[in-house]
This record gives sequence, structure tokens and C-alpha cells, in this order.
Amino acid sequence: MNNFKVLMNGIVKENPTFVLLLGMCPTLGTTSSAINGMGMGLATAFVLICSNVVISSIKNLIPDMVRIPAFVVVIASFVTLLQMVMQAFVPALYATLGLFIPLIVVNCILLGRAEAFAAKNNPLASLFDGLGMGLGFTIALTLLGAVREFLGTGKIFNLSILPEEYGMLVFVLAPGAFIALGYLIALINSFKKA
Amino acid sequence: MKKLESSLKNMLLVLTAVTGVSVALLAYVNELTKEPIAQANAKTLNEALKSVVPAFTNNPVAECDTIFSEKDGKKIVDFIIYPAKNGEEIVGTAVEAKSMGFGGELKILVGFDADGKIYNYSLLAHAETPGLGSKAADWFKEGNKGSIKGLNPGETPLAVSKDGGQVDAITASTITSRAFLNAVNAAYSAYKGNTQDSDTNATTGATQHVEYTDSVSAN
Repeated sequence: MNNFKVLMNGIVKENPTFVLLLGMCPTLGTTSSAINGMGMGLATAFVLICSNVVISSIKNLIPDMVRIPAFVVVIASFVTLLQMVMQAFVPALYATLGLFIPLIVVNCILLGRAEAFAAKNNPLASLFDGLGMGLGFTIALTLLGAVREFLGTGKIFNLSILPEEYGMLVFVLAPGAFIALGYLIALINSFKKA
Repeated sequence: MKKLESSLKNMLLVLTAVTGVSVALLAYVNELTKEPIAQANAKTLNEALKSVVPAFTNNPVAECDTIFSEKDGKKIVDFIIYPAKNGEEIVGTAVEAKSMGFGGELKILVGFDADGKIYNYSLLAHAETPGLGSKAADWFKEGNKGSIKGLNPGETPLAVSKDGGQVDAITASTITSRAFLNAVNAAYSAYKGNTQDSDTNATTGATQHVEYTDSVSAN
């Protein structure tokens, strides 16, 4: 598989949100607005790229029986690092995403890609896999966030498109996340068939 | 390169090495970001202070007064009182207070002018429902429907109109509105208790359970 294919695989064919349905907790929890979804997606992408590259570089040094704890430590280190850097330099975004940043550690996309891809491929291919999966996740979350923000408040990226009174509050709340996600997946599947 | 086999020695060595490297890296980054994080927090607090009290020239953070209560032998911060001065004259006081809202703790910074009237407030942290309770960030500000500017909780404690008070509650978020006003009222009594305490050196009934630490005179 060439690297471009690996990249597109994560964005389209095996999009973590729309196709693999991985990492549903942050997907539903943080996408109340487009900017939050994008922030969460980029944060996850950063950790995913770093952990994929590191895990793939050290895969031969790790005995099989302890690979899971070793992978989790690598992922957790990058998440903690990201948390400290975000707290220092983008405190506003850190405040909105809050608890969801440390929860990246248990996001199944990360361990899933470490196990399914990084542990079997070379660091360069793993970099592209992390990039593709990360971008796929970011695009999906931004899209879902934009749809929810628009239907809920009439804005996209805080730009007013419709007056706020037309907003359906349910889309900003948790049930709206499920509804919007369901319809987005249905739409994407119908595009794929066509 | 051949994969290391899963012997006890290998496993111990590898796990120790992985955690060791991770600890060293995180300790280093922690050192690097300590200063920027403290600065970012101080900046947020300073901006909140500037917005809730009239213009001041002193450093309220350096002169702040913390009021603790004790629970199970642990000290809990109840209120933090920041005096704002222009020269020597007190122009206002900002009080950090909290109460339980609908979704969790509601933390506010509320500013009183020299007469004890509410000047402005800032919502520091909350876990209210987005789109409903989260409107508390602006709802009670000047020019909005539930404006509390200029009210004096010392004359009549603030309450929502449903409870016979004078403040319009946020639409569909009465619990959040009540919690918010409770926090304001509590902040006011802490602020009054504190100034009275340093004026007369007597503890009032309302503040009997609190103790003062590093009591900087509010005058």
C-alpha cells in the first residue's frame, strides 16, 4: 500500500467516525459547536500521529505480552504533554474541552490504530495512517459540530446565518448529537452507493 | 531486527524503560509549561477582575483575602475577596463565590462598588446546560433582561421573580438562576462580613463559622 492510499484510507474509506464508529464519546460530547469539534479533532490527531510513529519505531523492542501497557503509556504521555501545552498557550480552548482532553487516552481510535496498524508497519506508513485517521476524525467532528451548531443556534463557527430564535435547542444537547450523527452516516452511505 | 521475546526479564526491563522515558519527558515539559500556565491563569483572573469592578490602580490579587471553612479536617476555600483601590481610596470589591447549579458547581466573580451595589460579574466556571443555563454568562449583565447591576443585596437579598424577588430568571433555567443569585448573595455577605470584621474586629452572626487568614485590612 502506498502512503497516499494509507492517508486517504483514514479520511474516506475507513473514516473513524462515519465508517469504523470509533471514539463515540468525544464525538458526541464535544461537538456542540464546529470550533469545539475541530479543536477536539486536531488534539486527537496530534496524539494519534505522535503515538503511531513512536509505537511503530519501538515495536520490535516491546515483548508481545506487555505491548498493551507499553502502548497505553506512550499514548498517555502524549496526551499529558498536549494537555499541559494547551493549558499554557490556548487556555480558552482548554477550558471548553476540559475533561475530554485527558479522555483521549482511552479513545479507542488511538489504541486501535496502534494495534491494527502501527505495530505492523514502518514508522513512515504509520505517520500517514495517523495523519489520515486524525484528519478523518477532525473532518467528521467539525462537520458534526457545524451541523449541530447550525441547527441548534443558527450559527456556524460563531457566524450568524439564521437568527437564534430559529434554533432547535435539542441539537446542542446530547440527543441532538445522536440524531445528527445518525443522519450524517446515512447521508454518507447513500453518497458512497451512488 | 528480531522481536524481543516475552521473558520476565525483558518485560520488566522494557516496561521500566518505557515509563522512565515517559516520566522524564513529562517532568521536563511540566517545568517548561509551569510558568506560561501560571501566567495564563493570572491573565484570565486579571481580565475578569478588570471587568467586574471600576478602574483600579492596585494589585487586587496580591491583597486578596481568602475565607476558608473546615470540613473533615480539610480546608475548603469558600470566598476570595479582592479589594480594588484607586490610589488609597477603595473603589470596589470583587468576590469569588460558588454555589451548586443545575449541572454542577457554579463559580462566579462578582464586583461591588464602594456603596455595596453590584457593579458587574463574570462567570468563571460552570457546568450548566449549553443554550439554557449557560446563558447565565450574559443574562444578568447590564442591558440584558435579568440585569442585576446597581442592585444592593444588603437591602433586599436577590431572588428570582418566581420566588417573589426582583430579578428575571433565565428562560427555562430557574435552577441555574437561583444558584447564581445565591452565589451573589453569599458573596455579598462575605464581602460585608469581611469589611465589618476589619472595622469593628467583631465577628457577625453571618460569618461565625468562617475564619480569616492573612487578614489584610480592607480599609
